[in-house]
Amino acid sequence: MAVIEHLPIAQQLLNLFAALLLLIAFAMLSQRRILSLINLFALQGFILTLSIADSAWLTHQNHLYYSAALTLLIKVIILPWLLHRLIRQLNIEWDVETLINIPTTMLIGIVLVVFAFNLALPISELSGTILRHTLGIATASVLLSFMMMITRRKAVPQVIGFLAMENGLFFAATSATYGMPMVVELGIALDVLVGMFIFGIFFFQIRETFDSLEIRHMEKLKED
Amino acid sequence: MEILILLGMPLFGGALLALTGHRRFAPELNSAMSLATLIASAVLTARVVRDGPITVLNDQFFIDPFNVFLVTLTAFVGFTTAMFSRPYMHNEAAHGKLSTARLRLYHSMYQMFTFTMLLALTTNNMGILWVAMEAATLTTVLLVSLYRTPESLEAAWKYFILCGVGIAQALFGTILLYFAAEKVLGEGGNALLWTHLNEIKGTLEPTVLSLSFIFMLVGYGTKAGLVPLHNWLPDAHAEGPTPISAVLSGLLLNVALYAVVRAKVLVDGALHTPFAGQLMMGFGLLSVVMAAFFLSRQKDIKRMFAYSSIEHMGLITFAFGMGGPVATFAALLHMTMHSLTKSAIFFVVGHAAQKSGTQVMDSIRGLIKTNPTIGWGLALGTLAILGMPPFGVFASEFLILTTAMHEHTWATPFLLVALGVAFASIFGKVQPMVFGETTGKRLPHPPAMIPVFVHLALVLMLGLYIPPYLVTWYHQAAAMLG
Repeated sequence: MAVIEHLPIAQQLLNLFAALLLLIAFAMLSQRRILSLINLFALQGFILTLSIADSAWLTHQNHLYYSAALTLLIKVIILPWLLHRLIRQLNIEWDVETLINIPTTMLIGIVLVVFAFNLALPISELSGTILRHTLGIATASVLLSFMMMITRRKAVPQVIGFLAMENGLFFAATSATYGMPMVVELGIALDVLVGMFIFGIFFFQIRETFDSLEIRHMEKLKED
Repeated sequence: MEILILLGMPLFGGALLALTGHRRFAPELNSAMSLATLIASAVLTARVVRDGPITVLNDQFFIDPFNVFLVTLTAFVGFTTAMFSRPYMHNEAAHGKLSTARLRLYHSMYQMFTFTMLLALTTNNMGILWVAMEAATLTTVLLVSLYRTPESLEAAWKYFILCGVGIAQALFGTILLYFAAEKVLGEGGNALLWTHLNEIKGTLEPTVLSLSFIFMLVGYGTKAGLVPLHNWLPDAHAEGPTPISAVLSGLLLNVALYAVVRAKVLVDGALHTPFAGQLMMGFGLLSVVMAAFFLSRQKDIKRMFAYSSIEHMGLITFAFGMGGPVATFAALLHMTMHSLTKSAIFFVVGHAAQKSGTQVMDSIRGLIKTNPTIGWGLALGTLAILGMPPFGVFASEFLILTTAMHEHTWATPFLLVALGVAFASIFGKVQPMVFGETTGKRLPHPPAMIPVFVHLALVLMLGLYIPPYLVTWYHQAAAMLG
C-alpha cells in the first residue's frame, strides 16, 4: 500500500507539472525571441521528463523510467543543443519576430483549451491512470503548438512549434496509457531525430536560395 | 525468413548506395537491388498463396492476402521505376542538373524509401506502421528538393510541414487505439499488434475507437492526398524528379490508404455501424469532385497528373467506404490499375518534359513526330487512366460505379460528372501534346520506354482477362476486409 501513502504529494506534483506545461505552451505562443523560444522548448522537455519520472515512481512502471531517460536525452539535451547550434550558424540568434495581435492569439488559445478539455473528457473518464486528469492539458498543448505553427512566419519557430506538438502528444500518451510500447517509442524518437537533421539541412538550403528564413518568400506555388 | 530478405535488401541497398551512389554503375546497382527485392516478394507471395496468412518473429510481422498483394505491387513498381530511373538520370546528369553528392543521396534514399514502404506494409504493429509512414516522408522530402530550385524547396517544405502535422494526428489516433486496446489486451507491446486487435475488436470501447479512427483518417488521409488535406501533393509531385513522382503517386498513396483500411476493419468490428465507411465515402467523394475541377485549370503536366492521382485515390477511398465484397474487390483492383498506369504515365511525362525542356503543357507539342514511342506512350497511358475500355481501369471504375448505383444512388451523379469533367480536361490537353506541330529535338540518351509498355500491357491484360488465381486472391483479401 506504499502507493497510497505517497499519493497526495506525488499527485499534487503531477498536477503542478501539468499546469506548468500548459503555462509553457502559452508562453511559447507569445514569445518573440528565437533564443528564448528554444529555451522554453528545452524547459518543456524537462518538465515532461519530471512528470514521466514522477509517475514511474508512483506506479512502479519501470519502463516509464526508460521513457523519461529517452525524453531527457532527446528533448532536453540533443534537440535544444542542435537548435542552438543551428541558430548560431545561421546567425539568427538575436532575431526577434514581429507577432501581430498577441492578445487575440491568447484569447483564441483559451478557447482552444476549453475545447481540448471537452474533447478529452470522455477519454479521461474511461482511463484508469493516475494521470488521467492531465489528458485535457496534453490535448490543449497539442492544439496550442499547432496554433503556434500557424501564426508564425519564420521557419525556425514553425519547426519549434512542430517539436512542441510532438511533446504534447508524448504527454498525452503518458497521461492516457502510461506511454506507448517501448519499440514504438524508440521508433518515434528516431523519426524525430532524423526529422530534426533534415530540418537543419533545409534551413541552410532555404537561406541559400531565398536569402532569408521567412516563409512568405515561399508562397509561389498556388492555384491561380 | 523471406520477409527478412525482403526488408533487408532495400535497407542494405540504401547503405551501399550511400557510399557508391555517384559511381557510374550506381543506377545498375539500384536496379539490381530492386530486382532482388522483387524476387524476395515473389517468393513470399508464392508462400502466402500456398499456406494462407502467416505471422513471423513473435507476431511482429504479418502477411495476409491484402498486404502481400500490395507488397508485390510495391516491389514490382519499385523495380520498373529503378529501370526507368537509369536512362532518366543519365539524361538529367547530361543536362548538368545533378552533382555527385545529390546522385548519392538520390540512389540511397530511393532504396530507403522502398524499405519504409515495405516495413509499413508488413509490420503487424500499428505503432511501427506509424513510424514507417513518417520515415517514408523523411526519406522523400530531400528528394523533392533535389534540384534546389526555389519552387522545389517550397514544395519540399510544404510536404514536410503538412505531412508532419498530418501524421502527428495519426499518432494521436494510434495513442487512442492503444488506450482502448490496453484495457483488453493488457500493457506491453502486444496491445498494438493488428492480428491481436482484430481478434478482440468486438470488445474495444466504441467511443474511443471512433475518435481514434477520425484522427487516423485525417492523418493518413493527408498522406493519401485526400481533399481538403491534399495541398502538398501537386507541388511535391511536380517539383521532384520524375522517378520520385512515379513512386510517390503509384506506391506511397496506396500505403497510406492501406493504413486507413487496416484501422477501418478494427473500427467496424467495434462499432457495428457504418460510421467509418460513411466518413471515408464523404472524404472520397469530395476528393473526386474537387480534383476533377482542379484538373481543368492546370498548366503544368506533372501537376495535372498529380491531381488525377488525388481523383483516383478519392475513388478508391469511396469504394473502400462502401464496403461489401464487390466494392472492396473493385477498390483493390483499382489500386493495382492506378499504380501501374499512373507510374507509366509519369515515366512518359518525365521523358516528354526532358525533351521539351519544360513541364508547361503549352510548350510541349508534337511528341509523336520526334519520338513516336513517347507520343504513343502518353496517348495510350492517358486513355488508360481515363478509364477507356479495354484497359483495366475501365473494369474497376465500372464495378465501383455499378455498386454505387445499387447501394448509394445519390452519389452516382457526382461521380459521373467528375469523371466526365476529368476526361474532358485531360484528353483536351494531352491531344495537342501528342499530335500538334513541333520543332523539338530528340533526346541525347534513348528514353526508357520498356517499363511504360510493360505496365500498359499489364493494365490491358487485366482489363481483358484476370487470371483465376488473381481473382481468388482479390476475393480473399476483399472477404477479409469485409
